[in-house]
Amino acid sequence: MRLSYPSNVKVIKVPCTGRVDILLILHAFEKGVDGVYLAGCMEGECHFLRGNLRAKQRVQYVKGLLEEVGLGGDRVEMFNMSASQGQRFAQVAQEMTERVRSLGPSPVRGGLRDDSR
Amino acid sequence: MKTNSKIEKIWESGGFIVTSECGPPRGADGDVVRRKGEFLRGVVDGVNVTDNQTSVVRMSSLSACVILKGMGLEPILQMVCRDRNRIALQSDILGAAALGINNVLCLSGDHQKFGDHPQGKNVYDIDSVQLIQTVCRMRDEGKFLGGDEIKGKPVIFIGAAENPFADPFEIRAARLGKKVKAGCQFIQTQCIYNLEKFSRWMEMVCDRGLHEKCAILAGVTPMKSVGMARYMKNNVPGMDVPDDMIERMKGTPKEKQAEEGIKICVESIEKLKEIPGVRGIHIMAIEWEEKVAEIVKAAGLLPRPEV
Amino acid sequence: MIVGNRKEFKEIVEMLGSNRRVLLLGCNECVTVCGVGGEKEVGVLASELRIHWKTAGETFEVREHTLERQCDYEYIDQVRSFVGDYDVILSMACGAGVQYVAEAYRTKLVMPAVNTTFLGVTLEQGVWSERCQGCGACILDMTGGVCPIARCAKSLMNGPCGGSSEGKCEVDREVDCGWQLIIDRLTELGQLDRYEDIMPVKDWRSSREAGPRKRIREDLKL
Repeated sequence: MRLSYPSNVKVIKVPCTGRVDILLILHAFEKGVDGVYLAGCMEGECHFLRGNLRAKQRVQYVKGLLEEVGLGGDRVEMFNMSASQGQRFAQVAQEMTERVRSLGPSPVRGGLRDDSR
Repeated sequence: MKTNSKIEKIWESGGFIVTSECGPPRGADGDVVRRKGEFLRGVVDGVNVTDNQTSVVRMSSLSACVILKGMGLEPILQMVCRDRNRIALQSDILGAAALGINNVLCLSGDHQKFGDHPQGKNVYDIDSVQLIQTVCRMRDEGKFLGGDEIKGKPVIFIGAAENPFADPFEIRAARLGKKVKAGCQFIQTQCIYNLEKFSRWMEMVCDRGLHEKCAILAGVTPMKSVGMARYMKNNVPGMDVPDDMIERMKGTPKEKQAEEGIKICVESIEKLKEIPGVRGIHIMAIEWEEKVAEIVKAAGLLPRPEV
Repeated sequence: MIVGNRKEFKEIVEMLGSNRRVLLLGCNECVTVCGVGGEKEVGVLASELRIHWKTAGETFEVREHTLERQCDYEYIDQVRSFVGDYDVILSMACGAGVQYVAEAYRTKLVMPAVNTTFLGVTLEQGVWSERCQGCGACILDMTGGVCPIARCAKSLMNGPCGGSSEGKCEVDREVDCGWQLIIDRLTELGQLDRYEDIMPVKDWRSSREAGPRKRIREDLKL
């Protein structure tokens, strides 16, 4: 479609968002990534039946873990769209980028925690 | 074995029994007990003293019983299985008998989660049915639960509670049957608002002949307000408050609600007196002990017999 | 299986204190089945610790290792060659495993990452429920296969109490009344007449009440 989306979004293709494991997301944050989002099929239309529903639950769980370690649950998100929705893909990329930008860089990437807080 | 219990004497003579309750204070002031006791003097045949009811720490039941006994009233020692093991329970029975307490009510006890110390452990070494059996054995066989002989048997009239409104309804009469089999001689029921259901329970109880072996005292509690009625309906486990009762309280102007509550209570007592197998009333006017005299009088139950 | 809950992350961090070289030991049995201390959970906790310490700019080392189980010495011994490289062994096994690891490595700090709770079963994936209290005197043949000690909040032998309402316990409306379950089962089995019998007082000597217990089979000893 040749729609543009922010260049800082790195796309990793998986056969189904159901393939995305909790550890996969956590390891990305360990390496200093500022945000992660999953783009899966519309609910009820998963090509593998329930993969996107499992992904949704896992994203919820990871949100909790990110709160626990002080990164904040908003850095991870689940979005749904159909394969033909190029517009939505670009829109979501934009939305998530803006969100993560306002959250600031991940404190993990070489950052020192402010102990006076 | 015959005891010195006033309740037993009235039961034996075929009379109608009236008991009430006294909740000990959350402090060491014995006068609180004396004041409550005064309200009940000459008005009832026996006074229950609750045992850390709802798992909230209060002055011990045994000590408050002793205070009431000293005033010439007939206390009923409530004992729950939640806080004491078989050693302590048997020990307290001996102590109660030694102090002239003639009646004991054996209960499981509300779980500690309801009270002010939910962090505590509970005991539940034995249950209420086994406690009845234990007291019976101590009195009639002169033996401790462990088998050793008791020198100086405790002579005490044994009671328990039963809740006709708890589930499953179908076994509630069977459960009473177990208690009677264990040696229970009188029971007080949970407070009754649903008379229809209570009648059905009484039918099952009479079918088993339990009303002849055990004095069944129907429990009543006067409502102070529609708020209290709603609270009891929604927040108290094992309580059955019919909607029309709530409606009746709701339809009464606020300043008249307490009076209406008393009226409903008296009406209930009148109806309960007529139900076959009911041998008495247990009035639980929680923190409203001053109204018991009025209720007993209005229900035509005065004067109480001298035994 | 034995079921537990992982401690709160804050609590684990506080427990570790200034110790930064951690051997995170998982267990492949009970805690794996109930999703609290198996290889996957070890991975998650390790990742969380790394994120936490990286954020703080600390140097650290977290090694992940999952043993077959931590209640048999042969397995615990498998880490002996590298245990010395770490300040703390943070075990995700049940309380029995944590203690046994501590017994095997007496000069090492051994800490629990899991709060061990009960003996239970899997109701469905993700949901586990308590079934047994280890009283040592099983009466399940008499109660239709439902345990009054474990499943009644008051461990009544002659229940239910007056707080049973619509099949639920007064303690928690989500918890089944153990005695309702017993009565239902006895009814299904045509054994409701058993309900009329008074269950005698329990002899607690076979339970933990009498002190820590041991089981010995002489014929199995080498």
